Amino acid sequence: MSWLTPQVSAVLFAMFQALVILLVAVLLGAVMTVVERRLLGLWQDRYGPNRVGPFGSLQLVADMIKIFFKEDWIPPFADRKLFVLAPAIAMASLLLSFMIIPITPGWGIADLNIGLLFFLAMAGINVYAVLFGGWASGNKYALIGAMRASAQTLTYEVFMGLALMGVVALAGSFNMRDIVQAQEELWFIVPQFFGFATFLIAGIAVTHRHPFDQPEAEQELADGYHIEYSGMKFGMFFIGEYVGMVLVSALIVTLFFGGWQGPWLPPFVWFSLKTGFFLMLFVLIRASLPRPRYDRVMSFGWKVCLPLTLVNLLVTGAVVLLMAPE
Amino acid sequence: MKWLFTGTLSLLRTLWIVFLHSFRKRETVNYPEQAVELPPRYRGRIILTRDPDGEERCVACNLCAVACPVDCISLQKGEQEDGRWYPEFFRINFSRCIYCGMCEEACPTSAIQLTPDFEMSEYNRQELVYEKEDLLINGPGKDHDYHFYKVAGLAIAGKDKGRALNEQDPIDVKTLLP
Repeated sequence: MSWLTPQVSAVLFAMFQALVILLVAVLLGAVMTVVERRLLGLWQDRYGPNRVGPFGSLQLVADMIKIFFKEDWIPPFADRKLFVLAPAIAMASLLLSFMIIPITPGWGIADLNIGLLFFLAMAGINVYAVLFGGWASGNKYALIGAMRASAQTLTYEVFMGLALMGVVALAGSFNMRDIVQAQEELWFIVPQFFGFATFLIAGIAVTHRHPFDQPEAEQELADGYHIEYSGMKFGMFFIGEYVGMVLVSALIVTLFFGGWQGPWLPPFVWFSLKTGFFLMLFVLIRASLPRPRYDRVMSFGWKVCLPLTLVNLLVTGAVVLLMAPE
Repeated sequence: MKWLFTGTLSLLRTLWIVFLHSFRKRETVNYPEQAVELPPRYRGRIILTRDPDGEERCVACNLCAVACPVDCISLQKGEQEDGRWYPEFFRINFSRCIYCGMCEEACPTSAIQLTPDFEMSEYNRQELVYEKEDLLINGPGKDHDYHFYKVAGLAIAGKDKGRALNEQDPIDVKTLLP
């Protein structure tokens, strides 16, 4: 065992961690598809899928088998390269963002000093998935969906970054671990409530979920940008959305709810409990809120959320400066 | 600014109301495990009934076949020795039937009736063609006392003209001559 030096074992452990977190993220995204349907059923006074396996627990397996065996069809009028690239971006960009999330004091893939900026960059890249998908499909509904996505993105990306800057100002670091540690006494939800509210809105918009699912509005656009996708390519968009949901929930927990911190229970349990709560909230929001017109979303973003985040940042900055030791 | 607060409150209220649905009873009936409660007038599988004496009610008048909008009923008239009419065969193609109940409304003898039973799935379409022995039941169905030949003016063996319920004796038309 001479090769198992501390460095090598550290590298191996890091790789193992990365692999586990990747698998858990993807699996959680997949499981969420079923959990969401059951929860929607609960809130609509019905059952949801409860036929496959005990309490519908094997529904996921059935769905996977089905989607793997679906014909993966690329329409002849599509732009092949972009068409294939789009779902890969959709899934990869959000999965990569899991890198920065510290799950427990000992777990977490990368300890980047630009942590939060990395997430913002990946959220920016994620938009290309929608744009490429919508453009390469050669379908007018897909194009309208992509157009809506870009309009919406311009709206929420601006105030999403600004909403997080208050947290950064309080913690004095972009590093996620530092941010979590800075919440030891007080979770940032209290001093940064408006930052939290606007980030929650932006986070829902990042994942294209209700009520900000204008790009894929089922009723009027028949699924928007992924209308031409089938088989596993659609599956990647689909799972990507749920992975995004898990990611945003984990981020909200890390940034505003003290991450792994909490009394009595071990850190991992706290982290998963909090994340699970926000996953549930995402589904609840979907179950209850209707979709506004997309110009309303934009005017809400520019006229309410952006000023709110700016004022929030201004006040936070002033307070941080005032409280700072001379 | 007011709309922002009222709007936010209304959103939160919506979320709360929907969340309260977690504690409601679910509306779904888990059908194969849990029996469905059907109203007594539910229009399902068609039957042929018998009169209180146990004889077939159907007199093969063909009104049901005429009333049927999808032409799924076919029958052939036969006559018994006592003068009663009966269907030699009576066939309903349930793969065509739309369960509208027009046959039941048209039937003058309460013979054909719809029942609250819908569990008639088959793998083979031909199995959905029901013959008379599949349709005929041993009871009077919904109409317990109705006995067509007892109230009808038709003479059969053992019941002459004028012997039916509430029927006057036949008039000798020659006595009406001026």
